[in-house]
Amino acid sequence: MAEQDGARDGALAVRGLTVRYDGVPATDDVDVDVPAGSVTAVLGPSGCGKSTLLRAIAGLEQPDAGSISYAGADLARVPTHRRGFALMFQDGQLFPHTDVAGNVGYALRLRRWPKAQVRSRVEELLELVGLDGFGPRMPQTLSGGERQRVALARSLAVEPRLLLLDEPLSALDRGLRERLAADLHDILRRAGTTTLLVTHDHDEAFAIADRMVVMRAGRVVQAGELAEVWRQPADAWAARFLGYADVLDGDAAAALRTVIAPEEQWTQIALRRSALVVDPAGALLGTVLAARATPDQIRLELEVDRVGRVGAVAEPGSRAQVGDRVRIGVRTDRVAVLPGTV
Amino acid sequence: MMPRTRRARTGTAALAAVPLLVIVVFFLYPVGGMIARGFWPGGSFAPRAVLDVLARPRVHQVLWFTLWSAGLATAITVIAGVPVAYVLHRLRFRGRSLLRTVVVLPFVLPTVVVGIAFEQLIRPSGPLGGLHLDGTPAAIVAALVFFNLGVVVRTVGIFWEGIDRRTSEAAATLGAAPFRVFRTVTLPALVPAIVASASVVFLFCSTAFGVVLTLGGLRYANVETEIYVLTTQDLDLTAAAALSVLQVVVITALLVVASRSRRDPRALAQQVGAARRPRRGDLLLLAWTAVVGIFLAAPLVTLLLASVRTDSGWSLQYYRALQSTGQDGALLVTATSSLLHSLVIAVQAAGLALVLGVVVSYLVSRPRSGGGSRRLAGLFDGLFMLPLGVSAVTLGFGFLITLNRAPLDLRTSVLLIPIAQAMVALPLVVRTVAPVLAAIDPRLREAASSLGAGPVRVLLAVDLPHAWRALLAATGFAFAVSLGEFGATSFLARADSPTLPVVIYQLISHPGPLNFGMAMAGSVVLATATGLVMLLVDRLRVGSVGAF
Repeated sequence: MAEQDGARDGALAVRGLTVRYDGVPATDDVDVDVPAGSVTAVLGPSGCGKSTLLRAIAGLEQPDAGSISYAGADLARVPTHRRGFALMFQDGQLFPHTDVAGNVGYALRLRRWPKAQVRSRVEELLELVGLDGFGPRMPQTLSGGERQRVALARSLAVEPRLLLLDEPLSALDRGLRERLAADLHDILRRAGTTTLLVTHDHDEAFAIADRMVVMRAGRVVQAGELAEVWRQPADAWAARFLGYADVLDGDAAAALRTVIAPEEQWTQIALRRSALVVDPAGALLGTVLAARATPDQIRLELEVDRVGRVGAVAEPGSRAQVGDRVRIGVRTDRVAVLPGTV
Repeated sequence: MMPRTRRARTGTAALAAVPLLVIVVFFLYPVGGMIARGFWPGGSFAPRAVLDVLARPRVHQVLWFTLWSAGLATAITVIAGVPVAYVLHRLRFRGRSLLRTVVVLPFVLPTVVVGIAFEQLIRPSGPLGGLHLDGTPAAIVAALVFFNLGVVVRTVGIFWEGIDRRTSEAAATLGAAPFRVFRTVTLPALVPAIVASASVVFLFCSTAFGVVLTLGGLRYANVETEIYVLTTQDLDLTAAAALSVLQVVVITALLVVASRSRRDPRALAQQVGAARRPRRGDLLLLAWTAVVGIFLAAPLVTLLLASVRTDSGWSLQYYRALQSTGQDGALLVTATSSLLHSLVIAVQAAGLALVLGVVVSYLVSRPRSGGGSRRLAGLFDGLFMLPLGVSAVTLGFGFLITLNRAPLDLRTSVLLIPIAQAMVALPLVVRTVAPVLAAIDPRLREAASSLGAGPVRVLLAVDLPHAWRALLAATGFAFAVSLGEFGATSFLARADSPTLPVVIYQLISHPGPLNFGMAMAGSVVLATATGLVMLLVDRLRVGSVGAF
């Protein structure tokens, strides 16, 4: 399902990559493309092999089979430090014995930049990540979010051909994560850096990336543009992992189909929670099993006639009580038809 | 934190009193008494005499030799040991466990045995006789390196295991070649462990006794052997006291440096730098480790060969002779009976060191809030580290001259040697157990007491399951150290009940091929016993054993 134009675009192309740990494959025949200038997210639950994929691309793991190439050139014999990829870890991995400026300027000093140039480039990078004046601070004195920003600045210092991000935000608390995700999105586009990001959090992937690869148990399940993957999950598992609340098939799916698209043939459909809304003009009828108010809406558990138990929402003003019979409308832009069994 | 109640504080004080009393009576008092003899020759205070000693050319010579031999040996040990620490603690391969034991083994080997083993290797007719090292300082330095490599490998290696591999990986992806990564990222992170181990190694090298005594002959003496000669042969207690005072001052300074740079023991809990299989890039380091392994094994193999090679070919004759008293009555008792005696003493000493060491470890590893109590704990910890560096000769002789009056007339007590050896092993027990106790998350104890467990129950439910391996390992370590202890024991052992290391020294001091062969056989027996104990200790996988 991976696109074959990666090599032509002059960026990363992974073909048939298999990495085994003590004989057990962590990634199994994986194809991934990262077009130049794109931000691609590899999304998968923990243990699906996404971090192994990232480490193999960085040259930190030896592939057992398959190839990794960049701009058409095979990387099999290129050691990590000559690949020109920068890898940023979950917890930043700042060098504890040197200050922020020393960390950010590390790659520049490796390349023997003149001191004055290093200083001005470091200042520029710290400004880019919103940490002006943090140069003399030591890593231990920084908050988690600040550390990640420093790590990002350090990775961007020499304009890597490819930036590899390993769960860049998951060590942070929620509010900070959302803010930094938005910043990361902007910074990466401003710098025009080709980026591969791995994460287990679909919100993080949506916030930062524009392309997505979904992995499960060492294999690629689906790959493509973000909106496309989101609109058309490859199967029920992918749909659930992408945040769809319910997947219907068999009679339940047929019952829903006769209501929303009687002329179509599909047999499996994924629903976001907000796809079903309490609506006096709705076509479905159901019983409220549970109701819980949140600041934006009321989240309901319903037993919908002929469909079964599903999640739904109601406007905050709605007075749906447990045991009530309610009418339900379907928002067809919040559902995804799955290829499933026909 | 809970406010500390008065009762808890009284309990802590009572607990601290036991090891404090022991260290005052059996360490500070004898060492102090020995030093006082020098300052009060004939009963009147005469510090001038002590200062005059320091102006003697012979003393300058001894000091200079001590400094440069210890300094050179420390530098070589660190440079040779750091790559081995990497191989044995960051790589995973067959035979690693055995190699780890081989590296620590020399540390617990009796110093006399190490000296003899080197002598065998470099004597004119030995395998390395062509190098003409016999009677040179090079032999002493090589033996010191041999003895202390394990300290560097363990201390740096355990620390290295705690360093996150991903920090160096981040540097590599930023464009740093492997050696560059080591120099700019790994080495700065290792500095505390290197400084700590180097200062401890310098300490051991500058107070080395058995090795210098057997290899240095009359020409080369360090402060420790000089104290021995001054005390036992020249009977110049003033000069001996002067050197002891100098030694105590230098050693205290070194211990302060070592403890300053010692890492936060909590780092022990996180083993983030998991070992991996060797790659092609590791070949050079693996080869170096093999060279070091050969360097460590060679003297031991030579010793083994010397013990089975007799005038009439290969035979176990010398081993059988261990049941005798040697040629021309070199011994008063049989070597086998001295081995039994050694084992009994080692059990007693290890038990004593364990009890005291656990109490001290418990007290110094408690989490504390105030700066005052933290300083107090640091002082307490430092006090129990002192035996590590104070001349065992001073300690042994101090025992003889101070513990000879009622109510402390212990000269004839069978516990005299076990107590002295326990003092020598105590710091090692504390260094093994305290980091493990300190690594226990205090919230575990808080959770247990919030569930209704009393203080004793908390100890049993939280501390013991975490620490039992460390306790067992520390006991084994103390046993091995005490089995090989020579410096203090050589003063205290009575002629009719010597320990095996003392017997070995007596055997090589007497002429005759049978005595020599028996010394070799005895050394092999002793090395095998300590080696087996250390192999068992290594099985327990307690990181802090032998690390500082």
